[in-house]
Amino acid sequence: MTRQPVIHVASVRKTYGRTVAVDEVSFDVQPGEIFGLIGPNGAGKTTTMECVDGLRTPDRGLISVLGLDPRRHRYALQERIGVQLQAAQLQKRIKVCEAVGLWSSLYRQPVDGDRLIEQLGLGDKRNAWFMTLSGGQKQRLFIALALINDPELVFLDELTTGLDPQARRAIWDLVRGIRQRGKTVFLTTHLMEEAERLCDRVAIIDHGRIVDIGTPAELVQRHCPERTVIIVSEDSTAAERFRAIPQVRSVSREGLQLTIRGRGSDLVTYVIQCLAEHRMQVIDFRTELPTLEDVFLKLTGHMIRD
Amino acid sequence: MLRGLWKLTWLEIKIFVREPMGVIGTVGIPVLIFVVLGRVLGSRVRPVSPDVPRVVSVDIPILASLLITASTVLSLVTIIAIYREGGILRRLRATPLRPYTILTAHVLVKLLFTAVTLAAMLLAGRRYYSVDAGVPLVSFTMALLFSTVSILSLGFLIASIVPTARFAQPLGALILYPMLGVSGLFVPVASLPPMLQAVARALPLTYAVSLLRGIWHGDGWSAHVADVTVLSLMFLALTAVSAKVFRWE
Repeated sequence: MTRQPVIHVASVRKTYGRTVAVDEVSFDVQPGEIFGLIGPNGAGKTTTMECVDGLRTPDRGLISVLGLDPRRHRYALQERIGVQLQAAQLQKRIKVCEAVGLWSSLYRQPVDGDRLIEQLGLGDKRNAWFMTLSGGQKQRLFIALALINDPELVFLDELTTGLDPQARRAIWDLVRGIRQRGKTVFLTTHLMEEAERLCDRVAIIDHGRIVDIGTPAELVQRHCPERTVIIVSEDSTAAERFRAIPQVRSVSREGLQLTIRGRGSDLVTYVIQCLAEHRMQVIDFRTELPTLEDVFLKLTGHMIRD
Repeated sequence: MLRGLWKLTWLEIKIFVREPMGVIGTVGIPVLIFVVLGRVLGSRVRPVSPDVPRVVSVDIPILASLLITASTVLSLVTIIAIYREGGILRRLRATPLRPYTILTAHVLVKLLFTAVTLAAMLLAGRRYYSVDAGVPLVSFTMALLFSTVSILSLGFLIASIVPTARFAQPLGALILYPMLGVSGLFVPVASLPPMLQAVARALPLTYAVSLLRGIWHGDGWSAHVADVTVLSLMFLALTAVSAKVFRWE
């Protein structure tokens, strides 16, 4: 794995007056992956992203995007990246097709705008004014604008904020589609579910600093190795038998339901082996795995929505 | 980025026309004022008869033209403020468009509507002012557009400092309309108190009035080299300051 990273960020710091927005931020984004910067509002996600896409100048640190310096080679870079900005708007009375037309006139090698409008499900909104679009339609238009130059790298900042769950899922599918076309996606989100379902790797950022980086599964494994197995069984000896498994920390019973807590990814296997060995009858069996939300809570000491 | 400039300018024209209130405000109102004043004061505004109060002895075409400029500038200030607040400027900046291309497009749109309004005004006011009698319309239009460009650079400066779009219109009006008062249009600059004279000489509108009035009454451009020079210098200075302090978000 010595591929040249698409984005290389090293020790970036950015302050606004006395407020330190981001500090000592370092990470790499590899080609073809969906990389997510996750953290609560105000953690420094947008600042970091805008330093990377060239909209802001960091106070110090090194940033390289597709081998270019985002400030010095700003316009050369713009040709090769696509950007969707947080909470951006367009002219109220610009038509969908006009926005796409304008954008495609700005790049040297645009893709077919009409096809893009169709692909993003905006075909029947082609002549609609921007102000009449729903939140999901606006975001799809912004994705279209970010893809108009067939970019190698796409920046998506808080793409699904304010969308209903259905629109959100539709957008996720679109983002996966972008990756399938071989492009790299760098996104920010404060939705842990979004990060978990969409991102190949995530960096957790809090108070302007990166706390940890890894795949969602790695992060869960590293920081929240606890596993819980819940079994419903009439077997009165069950609790004793599970306690005998070395990886089990505790077993508690509530009526017929047993809650078995322990550590390590093997826990579930051992519980199943134990069930088979003693031919226990079970009515229900389920596992509870920690999520990124739990990881976030553990690493930062607070919930992401605080 | 010439291609992006024409495309953006053309789009902004279409978008502007789609908002009826904006068009009525910038094009309709100056024309209306011109026609109403023309009716009230009759076809012979000058020479001033002794019993007409001094304040109405202004050159109404000049006043109306400057109202066009003022509403043009206010409209620019408002649009820039709205675009900034809505993140539209930010979004446009995250493209290969150069920042000055974005702003130039708006200036071109505003100049076009200045010219359209002037034409509408002169057509509507034909009955009250014999404009075809020796008024160099082409020169006058040029002079008005030139003055407007100069004052638009002041508009950019105002647009740079307004905190939100809600303040843009009132703040712009607060700066622009008093300028009109001391511009020499109603009262000659020379008869103002010394303090106000100094203020008047620092403001672009004063030179615009002198230039427009001169051209309207048949002066050649050569008689107004000083006005043109000062307006050009003010344009350069204000643009330079705006470029420094302009906020995109």
